[in-house]
Amino acid sequence: METDWSVIFDYLPALLAGAKTTVYITILGLVGGMVLGTLAGLMRAYGGWLLNAIAFVYIEAIRGTPIVVQVMFLYFALPVLADIRIDPMSAAILAIVVNAGAYIAEIVRGAFLSISKGLTEAGLAIGLPHWKVLLYIVGPLAFRRLIPPLGNQFIVSLKDTSLFIVIGVGELTRTGQEIMASNFRAVEIWTAVAIIYLIMTGTLTLILRVTEKRMRIL
Amino acid sequence: MSIIEFRQTSKHFGPLKVLDHVDLSIDEGQVVVLIGPSGSGKSTLLRCINGLETITGGDLIVDGLSVTGGKKQLREIRREAGMVFQQFNLFPQLTALENVAFGPRKVRKLSKEQAEEVAIDLLDKVGLAEKAGHYPAELSGGQQQRVAIARALAVKPKVMLFDEPTSALDPELKQEVLNVMRQLATEGMTMVVVTHEMSFAKQVGTRLIFMEHGKIAVDGHPREVIDTPPNDRMKDFLQHVE
Ligand SMILES: Nc1ncnc2c1ncn2[C@@H]1O[C@H](COP(=O)(O)OP(=O)(O)OP(=O)(O)O)[C@@H](O)[C@H]1O
Ligand SMILES: [Mg+2]
Repeated sequence: METDWSVIFDYLPALLAGAKTTVYITILGLVGGMVLGTLAGLMRAYGGWLLNAIAFVYIEAIRGTPIVVQVMFLYFALPVLADIRIDPMSAAILAIVVNAGAYIAEIVRGAFLSISKGLTEAGLAIGLPHWKVLLYIVGPLAFRRLIPPLGNQFIVSLKDTSLFIVIGVGELTRTGQEIMASNFRAVEIWTAVAIIYLIMTGTLTLILRVTEKRMRIL
Repeated sequence: MSIIEFRQTSKHFGPLKVLDHVDLSIDEGQVVVLIGPSGSGKSTLLRCINGLETITGGDLIVDGLSVTGGKKQLREIRREAGMVFQQFNLFPQLTALENVAFGPRKVRKLSKEQAEEVAIDLLDKVGLAEKAGHYPAELSGGQQQRVAIARALAVKPKVMLFDEPTSALDPELKQEVLNVMRQLATEGMTMVVVTHEMSFAKQVGTRLIFMEHGKIAVDGHPREVIDTPPNDRMKDFLQHVE
């Protein structure tokens, strides 16, 4: 079969719909992952022993297992264990939340603890409660250090959505595979899929670069 | 009237005894200079006053409040006892003005305008009014430390605690900080100062304390005890400092 790039255009609407699903899963998953990760990271950095232990177990359990296993667990095992029915899309989003959350927790913890202890003491010494010192002083400084590693995690999570092919979510990779199965245009379709991923990750990188530039890293 | 009172105060770090049953009463208006060998507990003594370290024995009363009285009371104490650190610890994301206005705004709950007014007055007092818009990274060490003093004063404390405020500064920058401190003392501010600046101790101090192994070994008038040290270890120490 000769390579015929024009077939890409026939399937472009379908591929873009897949890409849309990928973006949708990624955005919802990362928003949730940021909330969960910030919480777990702060529990690790400032929590008492119990909060610390809970966060630690969560983070290590997630970092020590593959994301494919995690999403399989959510989709197939959870219904059996807890009688919770969950559709593939929700399982996919939840998998990103839980998975990215663990890595983001470590990023958040590292960023907060990298801020000099002297600044916290200076804040406490003028009579602020600890949480206000974290909110007004340490937080804004840590946030600047958060951006580069967070950007990495965003890109990893975006690409991880391709693994949800295993539970049949119609994201970009799955769409590519379905088209492939009907026309056997491997070169054209996988090239197109790869380029669409590159455009998405490229856009993300660009946004992060601009944010980083606009903020003075201190 | 005594504004700071150590009563058999002890501080342990695990098995290490850093303050050993200290009794010390500091009156309003005194300028107490703390000296002593490294590790003798000077910083710890200072940091117990504003609760950055938690005492492990005895009691410590600041402006009528015990440092063991809970978080809220501790915050009240911290508003009455400002601290200046060796490493300045200015908030790097804020300008000099914002650093100084921060306490009045967030702690004393003034409006932005009122807080900035307070801040400008204090920057003027430490001779840095024209640097108000500069970030800490754009200031010299001496200037940063003067902003840090203004930041502590902005909360309107009754006592100022200084932990080696000039030790991180080049010799030519020390003087501008010491001058600000001297001015504060003349205005009647109660001060506790850990420093190796013996001429400052003699000229500005009203009381000198020599610490050793977590205890107060010498407590007297600066000029007298520096010129004629009452014990050999203090004499040795002073020879090393000169
Ligand atoms: N957070 C801590 N944990 C354990 N030990 C500590 C801690 N802080 C201080 N120490 C120990 O307590 C002792 C007294 O320390 P401190 O900082 O009060 O001494 P110092 O007189 O200020 O000394 P220097 O002149 O070096 O500043 C030292 O032996 C020090 O190692
Ligand atoms: Mg010290």
